[in-house]
Amino acid sequence: MSTNLLALLPELVLTITGVLVMVLEPVIPAGKSRKPLGWLAILGSLLSGLAAFYQLQIVNAQGTLTAFYSTIQIDPFSIFFHLLIAAVVLVTLLGSLDYFESPITHAGEYFALVLFGAVGMMFMTSSVELLMVFIGLEISSISTYILAGFRKGRATASESSIKYFLLGSFATAFFLYGVALIYGATGSTSIGPIAAGLAITRTPTMAILAVAMVLIGLGFKVSAAPFHVWTPDVYQGAPAPVVGLMSTAPKAAAFAVLLRFLFNGTPMLHGHWILLIEILAVASMCLGNLGALKQHDVKRLLAYSSIAHAGYLLVAFTGTHQNAVAGACFYTATYAAMNVGAFLVLSQLSGFSERIRSIEDFTGLALKRPGMSALLGFFLLSLIGIPFTGGFFGKFYVFSGALQNGHVWLGIVGLANSGVACFYYLRLLAAIYSRPTSDSVAYIPVRKVTAPAAVALAATALATLGLGILPNKLVHLVERATPTTTAAVAVQPTQQ
Amino acid sequence: MFLLSFLYLLLFVIPEGNLLFASRATESIMDNTNLLWLIPTLPFAGFLINGTLGRKLPRAAVSAIALLFTVLPALIVAKLWLILKADGAPLALQAVSRPWIAVSGFHVDFAFTVDHLTLIMLSIITGVGFLIHIYSVGYMAYEEGFWRFFAYLNLFMFFMLVLVLSSSFLLLFVGWEGVGLASYLLIGFYFTKDSAANAGKKAFIVNRIGDFGFLLAMFLLIAHFGSLDFNTVFSHAATTAAPFTAICLLLALGATGKSAQIPLYVWLPDAMEGPTPVSALIHAATMVTAGIYMVARCHVLFNLSPTALAVVACIGAATALLAATIGMVQNDIKRVLAYSTVSQLGYMFMACGVGAYSAGIFHVMTHAFFKALLFLAAGSVIHALGGEQDMRKMGALRKRIPITFWTMSAGVFAIAGFPFLSGFFSKDEILFQAFTAGTAVGKFAWAIGVFTAFLTSFYMFRLWFKTFFGASHVVEHNTHDHHAAHDSHGSHGVHESPLVMTAPLMILAVLAIIGGIVGVPTAFGGHNEFEHFLDPVLSSGHEVVAASSGTAIALSTVATLAFALGLGLAYQLYIRKPGTSREIAKKLQPIYSLLDHKYWVDEVYNFAIVGSLLNVSRIALSGIVDTGIVQGSIGLLSSGTGALASVTRRMQSGNIRSYAGWLALGAAAVIAITIFIH
Repeated sequence: MSTNLLALLPELVLTITGVLVMVLEPVIPAGKSRKPLGWLAILGSLLSGLAAFYQLQIVNAQGTLTAFYSTIQIDPFSIFFHLLIAAVVLVTLLGSLDYFESPITHAGEYFALVLFGAVGMMFMTSSVELLMVFIGLEISSISTYILAGFRKGRATASESSIKYFLLGSFATAFFLYGVALIYGATGSTSIGPIAAGLAITRTPTMAILAVAMVLIGLGFKVSAAPFHVWTPDVYQGAPAPVVGLMSTAPKAAAFAVLLRFLFNGTPMLHGHWILLIEILAVASMCLGNLGALKQHDVKRLLAYSSIAHAGYLLVAFTGTHQNAVAGACFYTATYAAMNVGAFLVLSQLSGFSERIRSIEDFTGLALKRPGMSALLGFFLLSLIGIPFTGGFFGKFYVFSGALQNGHVWLGIVGLANSGVACFYYLRLLAAIYSRPTSDSVAYIPVRKVTAPAAVALAATALATLGLGILPNKLVHLVERATPTTTAAVAVQPTQQ
Repeated sequence: MFLLSFLYLLLFVIPEGNLLFASRATESIMDNTNLLWLIPTLPFAGFLINGTLGRKLPRAAVSAIALLFTVLPALIVAKLWLILKADGAPLALQAVSRPWIAVSGFHVDFAFTVDHLTLIMLSIITGVGFLIHIYSVGYMAYEEGFWRFFAYLNLFMFFMLVLVLSSSFLLLFVGWEGVGLASYLLIGFYFTKDSAANAGKKAFIVNRIGDFGFLLAMFLLIAHFGSLDFNTVFSHAATTAAPFTAICLLLALGATGKSAQIPLYVWLPDAMEGPTPVSALIHAATMVTAGIYMVARCHVLFNLSPTALAVVACIGAATALLAATIGMVQNDIKRVLAYSTVSQLGYMFMACGVGAYSAGIFHVMTHAFFKALLFLAAGSVIHALGGEQDMRKMGALRKRIPITFWTMSAGVFAIAGFPFLSGFFSKDEILFQAFTAGTAVGKFAWAIGVFTAFLTSFYMFRLWFKTFFGASHVVEHNTHDHHAAHDSHGSHGVHESPLVMTAPLMILAVLAIIGGIVGVPTAFGGHNEFEHFLDPVLSSGHEVVAASSGTAIALSTVATLAFALGLGLAYQLYIRKPGTSREIAKKLQPIYSLLDHKYWVDEVYNFAIVGSLLNVSRIALSGIVDTGIVQGSIGLLSSGTGALASVTRRMQSGNIRSYAGWLALGAAAVIAITIFIH
């Protein structure tokens, strides 16, 4: 297999499956179940995960792979994110097989779009050329714009989709502008040459501005404050399984780009961007947690929680290079496990209609759905950060990294925030485990949890628990993932 | 629950298998090492079985499982004592698994250690825990969710044992949070009762504040020691320049949360909403002493910071006094005991603060005996009265429930400090150590301690007289429906509890009476064996002042006088002239009202912390545009919502434009900062 093909193997698998799903969609007669397409998509994401795993074996044996004129770089870092994205997509597809079991929901398109989106996200993580990153970003964004509005015929869905699209395009423009500026300052848009070019640039202000622009564009994607305004509205209107996906996988990809860009591309400007990161981190944690305190809609509440978690993730960036990358990777993985899990439970509880929305609706849920309540409770505990869940070790890792690197105040603010956060998670948890106040519980239909959904739920719960009890496995993987500067060495040997 | 437990099973069995396998290599210690792993694993197995299958099992089977998996660890602990006796040398067993977390520059093993301190704690937890499990079989016999109760109780045992067995801060913290979780589940056991659900929530949130301190202390330890292992940290403490005062104060903050000290004590009285055996086990005998245990465990660090020690001593003394004063006016029998617990924990904290760690642990032990006894006996009274907890509706019960009366009397006399009962020796030891510590803080703590001893004696005898003596105020054929469902089985008048409940009472009563024998000071012809036993662990730093036995006896006399005074006052007010108390309350209306409202602390906290948080939240929402449905119905802020709603409505029009505006503004700010700050 040529290096080029090998480097893009997971993306290729996903693309081919996605196209197949699109082609087969019209073949299935109208009114018939679209489930076979779902299974095909599941198979595709599984294969792409395996492909990423195969890449890992190759990289272990031969070292970092570069392809397409050094625009694509396959190292443990990108493979980690490939695996993570494939896993999130797989679980999301499993969980949404029955969610879209209705002829009016265009399930075929849904499955294809999820796959295409994943292609874009994977591209973002393996690309070391900012223009390629941009293409990946657009592929993933456009898929998620459409997915956000997939509860067609509902006003909130269209609102969600349109808002996301308009604001998203706005933010992407910042990113693109940043890329243009960095080209102006360094004469390149590749990570390695950028680092080299910064050393001799005669327009440092332009470079600094470029970093700020990139940070703004990606800050929007990860919903870091003050670029978070879209998050609650979009999450509220989007279908629950999609929110689970879009709050984790694209964010992971954007964080991957940010890590590579900041630590490998612009380490010389560390002093400049670290301040911005700190500001964004504090703003995200505080606004996210404070905003969540008074929410009544559970999806909105989790949207604010995801803003806060973006803040915790940014705290990881203040550690030393190694700590930052390892901490951020670990946190993305745990956050993906628990948040996808939480949204899976939501989607399983009320199905496509999403009739159970507010905290009041959840009151007394435990009496009717003890199993689901326990699972949701578990995910909430992990989001709070109770030991023996992944959420605890994620925070522990991130904050201890920041403190070790001298960012004591950031650590304190973060810890105080995670204390405040337990107020609102606990409000939901306490509502679930309390006396039903009205007939709310009576309206909750007891939908049978189907086998694929049960597998998805078990997988997320197991992952959340496993990361809390035996974090070492993942820690070792992510510690290896510190992005190497091989490409830089290859292109600019004189700079070393 | 089902699924979750299954997952737990999977993940705990896998490492366990590896551990067994790993330790087989080292043949000689295999035996004892495996014993250590078994101690917490057994209750966990009980939790799994009852948690997954309990719903379908008959009650007898559920209780048999729960009891079996609690008595086995107790037997293992007994075996450890035998090993200790056989060896003669100080006991120090360790069980280490593979590295738990190994990050660059930081490494933690998954490891358990048993030394003398742990052994004492293990004995208390498994011994008293087992007795309370037996009692619960009778007490909870007619409750809904019997299986759930025992599953949670075993889960609690698991985490508590992990807490005291762990040989690193991190694993201790896992146990620490775990017991908090179990406590949350058990306080909110009657989760269809709002007050119980709220109490659980409160306990959880207040403890998160303590955890903030604990976590920060851990981060500081990592930053300065690169380790969280007890041995590593303590052995390098003397030679490392670390901010010990900050670390110790943060650890102490953690301890004030779990051990219900000022400023975080407010959750414990509310925790009485849980079933009474839970109050006895978690909120009196074991979990709440975790903070004391932690401070004693970290005595090496605390000894390096006189400031932190002084703060601990002051917190302890102040809490002891404050809680005792509140306890004087409570009418709910369990609340009196709850405030009494807070007060006694204050004594233990005070002991640690004057460097008398072993005296603190001694009091942990005797307190576990008599306070568990008092709670269980109170439970028996409540059970007898069909769920009545108000002491104003009791009286003259001593003939009607004689076993409860006699056993509870042992507890009351022990806690009040009747000479030569368990509480007398341990409290005396603390007061003696405080007095002879040779510091101003020590003398101050002693004075407050003696006064609190008087208050303790007073409110305990008040409880005793009101419940068992005087005229009967019992509402006969009482069928308090909503309570009956919880605490009894629709009583047919006042009745003594069954043997399954009274047997633990009798055993604990014996312990409450003679439990102090192990710590009889030399002044009374003893050898202070308890303290010497802990010497290998706690000896460093604090040198025992060789005060003359004359001082010791004089101090004991003062304490005994305080006891007698309290007893006399209670007798005067509640037996000789019942009704005087009401007059006094009327005369001292402001003070009485202050005490009755618990110094308004809950209200102040609610206003200052919860209220301001919600206010900030509201500002954050309206400032950073949240157009969703914003409702301020959390209670405090409903008045402001009308205005808020109109603000949000206005914002909803054209919000994409305003969102874009906010985005642009944020971007402009970021760019401005980038360019102008540097």
